Amino acid sequence: MSKKNLNMISIYVMGKRFSVPEDLTILKALEFSGFRITRGCGCRGGVCGACATVYRKQGDYRIYTSLACQTVIEPEMSLVQLPYISNNKPSYAVSEMDPESLDIVKTYPELLRCMGCNTCTKSCPVNLSVMNYISAAIRGDLERVVELSIECVMCGLCAARCPAELSPYNIALFIRRLYGAHMLKRSPQLEKRVKDIGQGVYSAEIAGLKKTDNKRLQEIFGEMQAKKGASV
Amino acid sequence: MSYPAGMRPSVEKVAQRRKERLNNYEFPRLSPEDKAALLKNHHPDFREGDKVLLRCGANKGERVPKVMAAVMESPSRLNLEAVDLTKPDYRTDVLVIGGGGGGVTAALTANEQGAKVLLATKLRLGDSNTIMAEGGIAAASLPEDSPAAHYIDTMVGGRFKNIPEVVEALVNEAPSVLEWLTKLGVNFDRKADGSYFNHMPAGHSFKRSHSIKDLTGLEFMRVLGDELRNRKGIEVLEFCPAVELLLDSEGRCAGAVLEDLDTGRNIVVEAGAVILATGGMGRLHPNGFPTSNHYGATADGIVMASRAGAKLLYIEYIQYHPTGAAWPEQILGLLLSEAIRAEGAHVVNCDGEPFVNRLETRDALSAAILRECGPRGKGVETPTGTMGVWLDTPMIDMKEGGKGKGTFLRRFAGIHHRYKKYGIDPIQEPLLIYPTQHYQNGGVAIDVHGQSNIPYLYMAGEVAGGVHGHNRLGANSMSDVFVFGRRAGRHAAENYRKKPVTRLSLDHVKAHHEELAALGIVSGLRSPMLLPDYRFEKALTSTNYVSEIVEAEK
Repeated sequence: MSKKNLNMISIYVMGKRFSVPEDLTILKALEFSGFRITRGCGCRGGVCGACATVYRKQGDYRIYTSLACQTVIEPEMSLVQLPYISNNKPSYAVSEMDPESLDIVKTYPELLRCMGCNTCTKSCPVNLSVMNYISAAIRGDLERVVELSIECVMCGLCAARCPAELSPYNIALFIRRLYGAHMLKRSPQLEKRVKDIGQGVYSAEIAGLKKTDNKRLQEIFGEMQAKKGASV
Repeated sequence: MSYPAGMRPSVEKVAQRRKERLNNYEFPRLSPEDKAALLKNHHPDFREGDKVLLRCGANKGERVPKVMAAVMESPSRLNLEAVDLTKPDYRTDVLVIGGGGGGVTAALTANEQGAKVLLATKLRLGDSNTIMAEGGIAAASLPEDSPAAHYIDTMVGGRFKNIPEVVEALVNEAPSVLEWLTKLGVNFDRKADGSYFNHMPAGHSFKRSHSIKDLTGLEFMRVLGDELRNRKGIEVLEFCPAVELLLDSEGRCAGAVLEDLDTGRNIVVEAGAVILATGGMGRLHPNGFPTSNHYGATADGIVMASRAGAKLLYIEYIQYHPTGAAWPEQILGLLLSEAIRAEGAHVVNCDGEPFVNRLETRDALSAAILRECGPRGKGVETPTGTMGVWLDTPMIDMKEGGKGKGTFLRRFAGIHHRYKKYGIDPIQEPLLIYPTQHYQNGGVAIDVHGQSNIPYLYMAGEVAGGVHGHNRLGANSMSDVFVFGRRAGRHAAENYRKKPVTRLSLDHVKAHHEELAALGIVSGLRSPMLLPDYRFEKALTSTNYVSEIVEAEK
């Protein structure tokens, strides 16, 4: 972005007006305005969920939610960052739980308070079908919860907006862990590899390689690369 | 929005020439000699003038990037007179500094061994480079693969500079890390028969990278953070970065001083052992490059450990990831997973011509892109004056006569989502890329337990040096953070100092200030930096880094 000929627009941060170049993300607009962010900024790439932001547009009654690092500013938008949201997270031992039993509802009994208003889905900045995964959780359809929630960035906006006071993102994480730990197939292949390494099956070979000169290592590498072929 | 008019003709050329490149065409691989020459002539690591020799401290004479010297040769941000070390705010068996993959793993492991753990982190728990890892975690899990083959690939990738014993630990423990993560509830991608899905990142000889879509690190951090909060005996201090290490009267590590970012108060922690897991230096923008790193990657651990007397290894070697986003400007520097190339996308110039094999290692590919954009003049210029070349993503769904259809969306949902916001569909159009600072290859020298040369001071993850030699292979960083997080956590929990410290000391920081004064070194900075400053005009300058580099290349 050239510094010359910047087209400036107004935004409101917690009610205060700032003039910033158009096309910036909310995060960069905050920084351009002079805010040095400690809370409310993490990966700057849309995966960590630290920069949850709530805003309204001029002449529009709706509340909008987004990630500050991923959203381009609009003229006259009025915003505030919401980088921390209290949530409910019980302690549990995933390895000792039974995914087929009522452990899910016992761990998060408030699940049953969901009234199906869909506010969670509307507030998700990465467009997940939050209400649908909560419904799937109530039905005990773990696979569906995993499928619908795997992209969750844990920003907490769903929990901030839920009138039934659920923390949907924590519930989804709990269920994904149950599913990953209990429902996915074991891999005999991997178990064998771990066992072999433990029994020192590869020790002699690696000990030999540690003494091998670089030229020879390069040659072996070349042979392995040649064998792997073009398709990966 | 899509691509602006000025870039469209090049997009068309890429589309026209795509057919020639389908049907298993691959650009020839570099010979070891050609690769060495390419690196020497075009990789920023080898450019004169970007590095300087350190003038003071335990690593005096070491070649480091200029920005690293600037923070290392600055006075402490701690006001030494204002700190009372006689009444520590916390006493713990093991202090873990850093809340990414290495730190959380070390904390969980030390806790399992019965140690009382305090974890202090600069931002939120999990805000780190680990959470951003897209591609996967390397482990020799297939029958045809072996830890020995993983060892060879890692050594070759590291230009044979890796510490062999440390690499041995890495390749031997990576498969058990996979098992450990699975038991904690990580939803690894699976094949139809339930076995692990794996792919082959550049520089590896077998399919040994294991992923969760393009959200691998996010899934790891969510699960590990959740597990950490389940445990009793681990206290977490968020927004409390360490600003200096504490030593005892014999120069052994004995804790740290933290700074509460919310209140400005200093917190003194006495610890039986300290594990540094503070990550790398991306946000210092070495050599003026954009970075794929998270907001807090300011090399704090290197600064603190070096002041305490820790020896550094290979800190001058920086990894530039070849596939950083170069357009749109809003996501400049953001990483595009290596797995995109592994799935079949070629790297091509403004005319749609291939100029490098897509599976070269990161250093070689980055150098080739810089050469294409610089001296060869075959880069694509954006309206904001930055340069890039194309990553031809539509090839993925088109490969094998369309058999790949649906692959991109299934494998790279996050990337697809991100670009669609800006009107670019990676299934239909290529993505513009330019190298982005990605990884600090070196760091504080460690042994197989993650120990530094300072007793009771451990390293885990990117802050450590030696695992990856001069250049890290893709997917090896995820193995690294977990293998050495576990090793450091275990060893620290078994060997921490059991007796109380007689006298906590910051004398080493005082000595650092005296050395700066004696050498007449004046710095406008105070360090560790903790966070970069992007306020005001600096919010716009991120792109200028790139054009300056392009200028320099000409």
